[in-house]
Amino acid sequence: MRIAVAVDGSENAWRAAKHAIMLAEYLPKAQLEVIYVQDHNKAKNERLLSQSPESLAFEREQKLHPIVALARDSAVKAQIVMLKGNPSQEIIKYVNDKKIDKLIIGSRGLNTFQEMVLGSVSHKVMKHVNCPVTVVK
Amino acid sequence: MHTLQQQWFGNVRADVLAGIVVGLALIPEALAFAFIVGVDPRVALYASFTIAVITAFVGGRPGLISAATGAMALVLVSLMADHGLQYVLAATVLTGIIQLILGGFGVANLMRFIPNSVMLGFVNALGIMIFMTQLPYLVGSGVMTYVFAIVTLILVYAVPRFFTAIPAPLIAIVVMTAIALFSGVKLQSIGDLGTMPNSLPTFFLPDIPLNLETLKIILPYSLALAIVGLLESLLTSQVLDDMTDTSSNKNREARGQGIANFITGFFGGMAGCALIGQSVINIKSGGRGRLSTLTAGVFLMFLIIVLGDVVVKIPMPVLAGVMVMVAMTTFNWGSFKFLKSAPRSESVVMLITVAIILYTHNLAIGVVVGVILSALFFVAKISRVTVTNEAGVYKIKGPLFFASTTKFIQSFDQVTGKEVIIDFEDSQLWDESAVGAILKVKQKLESKGSCVIIQNLNASSEQLYGKLL
Repeated sequence: MRIAVAVDGSENAWRAAKHAIMLAEYLPKAQLEVIYVQDHNKAKNERLLSQSPESLAFEREQKLHPIVALARDSAVKAQIVMLKGNPSQEIIKYVNDKKIDKLIIGSRGLNTFQEMVLGSVSHKVMKHVNCPVTVVK
Repeated sequence: MHTLQQQWFGNVRADVLAGIVVGLALIPEALAFAFIVGVDPRVALYASFTIAVITAFVGGRPGLISAATGAMALVLVSLMADHGLQYVLAATVLTGIIQLILGGFGVANLMRFIPNSVMLGFVNALGIMIFMTQLPYLVGSGVMTYVFAIVTLILVYAVPRFFTAIPAPLIAIVVMTAIALFSGVKLQSIGDLGTMPNSLPTFFLPDIPLNLETLKIILPYSLALAIVGLLESLLTSQVLDDMTDTSSNKNREARGQGIANFITGFFGGMAGCALIGQSVINIKSGGRGRLSTLTAGVFLMFLIIVLGDVVVKIPMPVLAGVMVMVAMTTFNWGSFKFLKSAPRSESVVMLITVAIILYTHNLAIGVVVGVILSALFFVAKISRVTVTNEAGVYKIKGPLFFASTTKFIQSFDQVTGKEVIIDFEDSQLWDESAVGAILKVKQKLESKGSCVIIQNLNASSEQLYGKLL
């Protein structure tokens, strides 16, 4: 069984990751995949707000580090999947193409204004993936 | 690095489609940038065409979109006002030569020395200045002007929520122009301010006297243009490298920008550089190769020649509304958080860069001062050296070089004792000043009757110390 959790470094995503790791603990045959999408819309600002391309890569690593550490402590095998593009599209494509059996996602990562303009990622993903989805509040 | 064939034909279908989208997205800004400089729209449209087409061939970053830009337009404003179009074109040619030379000398390697605080200051000042240039078209022209501008803004932000295949600014312009035409509202239009080109650009020499006087006029502008253009182009290259997970040749990009500007000046176009916004649109739309940039330039020219009569009907408030969005996107709103979380010195560098640009109206001066300032802050930061006394052993922490030796010497002013051990385990000697300073401290202590022992120099410090002593 393949379980995937989509994360973006937000509080909500961290709760979703914790939930996914808990599920994987209870399902001994489960493989956990942690999906992180580098948002093309944020590429410019991410570059401007980081010292160098290397520090940007490091900041992204840091967002995933606590999740990887928690998975290791819980003896769950977790694999990181780095994607680039539009977050909802990339998550949907990956989950459907790779035949993921279950997806876990945080209810919201962006702030309210961004959500109003861009739409909720979790909502779009929920509508278009073929597997059961757990949305974590 | 892909082969040339891959760079051109590795992604044909997506490149052509993305190029068409970008071609559409280039038009509103090219028009607005022409009005910023105070030249005919032709000058910016020709520039966008030739620069895009030329950089498609000679640029270093496949998929990068270069054309007439706001940053370059803002540098040209006063040259146009004081001396006219021919000098703008001559400055463009000279900018190309400077960029080509700088690219040849590997200017892109210097990009490392431009900290992100300076780049933040640059984009923020750019956003503010673009916004300011639009105010004359918005303020004091009646209620309908505000209505059209605000509705345009709402459309530009709301449309992408539902539909992203065509750039939202273009949809907003088409819808609002149609409304203006059918409702018969009297608004200032692009046609009131300039004429559209109806032919391809042709070659001609800028009509200027070729003497030292001319060079004195255009050289400062060309230097500023070269710096601003390279900064924005190399920044955009880095963003695209990151988005596509590929590397690119930045020095080739610098030379490509130079070649493009050099030729553009002879075809009646103003200086340009890479556009961050349009380049990101290109990548998002699937563009990856050189064909996307070529398509964008060619399609832009095609549209203008075919649709020139329609384009002149676009109301200025609508174009200004789109440009307000461009200004708001250019401004980095994360800067406020940056000011709170970044080290004090970086915040100061950013604010000073913005302040200088807004005061001088010159993006290049702000960038140069910002870089110098941050270099000084950096030297101040790393020149901190501390001396702690642990039972007769004086431990040195921090590098010893010309900027930190004074502090080092002062630290030993009050030191006395039969035996003074100076420990360099956490230090590094960098230059002659460091060795000189140690010698001075040693002599002073010895004159007070102390026996001085230097210990734990690392290998390279030991070598330097031994060589100079």
